[in-house]
Amino acid sequence: MMRTVDDALVAFAAEIGTDGAVAVEGARTRWDRGGAPVAGTRIVQAPRGVVEHRPEEMTVRVRAGTTVADLEAVLSPAGQRSALPDRGGTVGGALAVGENHLDLGTRRTVRESLLEVRYVSAEGRVVTGGGPTVKNVSGFDLPRLFVGSLGTLGCIAEVVLRVNPVPAASRWLRCADADPLRVHAMLWRPACVVGDGSVTWVHLEGHAVDVEAQIASLGAGWEDVDGPPPLPPHRWSVPTGEVGDPAPRPPGRFVASYGVGILFADEPQPPRPLPAAVAAISVRMKENFDPTGRLNPGRTP
Amino acid sequence: MLKRLRHVIARDGRDADPVVRALRAALAADRVRDDAAERSLLAHDASVYPGGLSGPVCFPISAGEVQAIMAIAAEHGRGVVPRGAGTGLAGGAIPLGAPIVVVMTKMNRILSVDTDARVAWVEPGVVNLDLSRALPGHHFAPDPSSQQVCTIGGNVATNSGGPHCLAEGVTNAHVLAMEVVTTAGELVMLGGLDPEPAGLDLRGAFIGGEGMLGIATKIAVRITPDPPSVRTLLLAFESISQAADTVGAIIAAGIVPAALEVMDQRITVAVENFVSAGYPTDAGAVLLAEVDGLPGGTAADAEAIAAVGRANGATSVRIAADDTERALLWKGRKTAFGAIAQVKPDYYLHDTVVPRSRLAEVLAQVYEIAERHDLVVMNVFHAGDGNLHPILAYDAREPGILDRVHAAGREIVEASLAVGGVLSGEHGIGVEKQDLMSQMFSPDDLDHQARLRRAFDPFCRANPGKVLPSSHSCADIAALRSVPTDVWG
Repeated sequence: MMRTVDDALVAFAAEIGTDGAVAVEGARTRWDRGGAPVAGTRIVQAPRGVVEHRPEEMTVRVRAGTTVADLEAVLSPAGQRSALPDRGGTVGGALAVGENHLDLGTRRTVRESLLEVRYVSAEGRVVTGGGPTVKNVSGFDLPRLFVGSLGTLGCIAEVVLRVNPVPAASRWLRCADADPLRVHAMLWRPACVVGDGSVTWVHLEGHAVDVEAQIASLGAGWEDVDGPPPLPPHRWSVPTGEVGDPAPRPPGRFVASYGVGILFADEPQPPRPLPAAVAAISVRMKENFDPTGRLNPGRTP
Repeated sequence: MLKRLRHVIARDGRDADPVVRALRAALAADRVRDDAAERSLLAHDASVYPGGLSGPVCFPISAGEVQAIMAIAAEHGRGVVPRGAGTGLAGGAIPLGAPIVVVMTKMNRILSVDTDARVAWVEPGVVNLDLSRALPGHHFAPDPSSQQVCTIGGNVATNSGGPHCLAEGVTNAHVLAMEVVTTAGELVMLGGLDPEPAGLDLRGAFIGGEGMLGIATKIAVRITPDPPSVRTLLLAFESISQAADTVGAIIAAGIVPAALEVMDQRITVAVENFVSAGYPTDAGAVLLAEVDGLPGGTAADAEAIAAVGRANGATSVRIAADDTERALLWKGRKTAFGAIAQVKPDYYLHDTVVPRSRLAEVLAQVYEIAERHDLVVMNVFHAGDGNLHPILAYDAREPGILDRVHAAGREIVEASLAVGGVLSGEHGIGVEKQDLMSQMFSPDDLDHQARLRRAFDPFCRANPGKVLPSSHSCADIAALRSVPTDVWG
């Protein structure tokens, strides 16, 4: 069954048109990521709204300009939630940036949650990649390619996301005297274990009985808190096994997510240049999808 | 006679084919085969499709050798078809146009295991189940039914699934990084051991590429700690629609089981004859449900699943008492395809996905389609994912039967697409569903898939002539069916 394109998508495609530099604006929460759009770039907004939430399928079809908060407000009454982090931004922005939720242990990755992507191409056409089912290997994986692409391959218009049940119980705890690596290793799928070098925070989610048992297994010295510590603004991605090592640690204040490999720091992560052969494939990808370089010029994923 | 003479010449290393000569210079001579029997054997996979035509067959043992093969292929304008154990069911590993066939099974070492960081580096020829067996207390989550023989490289090529992918996700969620040889002969590292590597997600795009984007030579997989607690249930129903509706009701109740598998009566009877697992042969269908995690939650979820089952008409609910009983129930499910031999000598195993809420409706159509084509159909499938696997059992000696099988298969795809489903859940497109791609994707959609492909392989040398319909492929499909002039016959 060929998928139909609704009026909102048609209008978005028309607005993007077929020529001139163009960038999609969400809530500008990570607007400088990968470089700012060059001067003279036309700024457009993706359509908004949740098109269809199907709790029994664990899927939601949502337009890219919808805020993550609005999406969660639609999912929540059915006891479901998405994998997207809510930093005040939009669904399309969260996908284009591709950063994962702090609770990666229970939410799973953003890239895993994207089932279908519909975007407007550099030629102004609506293109669909993937499909609306939780399992699909029909053709090449355009959805994966679009996560973290910073809008440089196409303007994300509408997506289908896998959603998951909200766990029955959720507890944040803090301890001033615990080894976060050991804590992560002993727990079964904690939502997250973060630490700032002296204090450790743990987020446990699941059945209430399991959460209680896990807390008991942690031993003494833990106290309930409302949530994670304030996170420094910049995000470093380091090999998961090295997050406890001093070497990759950013200067100054940091909060590390153990078992994951994300460090939040005051300073931005130094540039991570791609090996030449990988860069060559990426350049060809960009040239193939956007031959005239009109999509989000100035940005590099 | 001429053929035989040519083979003798080839064995002397004075053969006319410069490709074979170059390959023998790059690899040990005994790992480049060109005899007709071996080329014919490796022109097939596990699908029902007739074999293609292999060129020289290579067994590399290092990334350097794979690079050399790619360079030779590029120099001589030949295609390259990677293959693992050949368990693919969509004809994805069938060589078209006498390409160089690159068998990756000799690159089968587990290079390193880091249980703290939960990552293992493996070569692509490692067998899926061997990897899990080598990881005490841990496992590799994607578990296709062929896991006793299929390779990790093949899992990457097809983005394999399996029963436990409902909760754990498919292969793409369990591959962190890959060393890949491009068709230009370059060695590149895609992805990384950090959670959010810089650049485009080329690793994600490569997985499921069906061997058309390059050849993986080293793979970093995520390894998963074994769950502390597992509960496995077997629920019996009078009808398959009750079993299918129960699946939807379980998900709607907010439970995401580790696995939800349905078998209809015909396959249940065949399996029971085979493994004596105590499956209820009088049931219209059985539902195998598994939950894992911490003990409190698995107990609660098992109870909840039993209750949902009873509310949907389950005639019996059995909870495996111990690991032995659990293993026996799974043995039944995992050997279902072998049990079909009791019914008919041959079978066509289909693979589509439908929304869970439409399972019962599409299954009814599947039975109707099979009946109309006078075929025996059995259903065993990953119900939690909506991933249908209708088995059309037949006897290939019956004249014209394959035409009916393919016609029925096509109608099943159409029925699945009509309710918002997709062409394939885990087998891929290969040559099997190439022509059906246009029923799911628009010309623009297919054009963009071709662009993705060309970014990796601008000259379409890797596994040419698969997945994309001919009008969207940069390879000349017609030419692939014929033999290049410099190839012996």
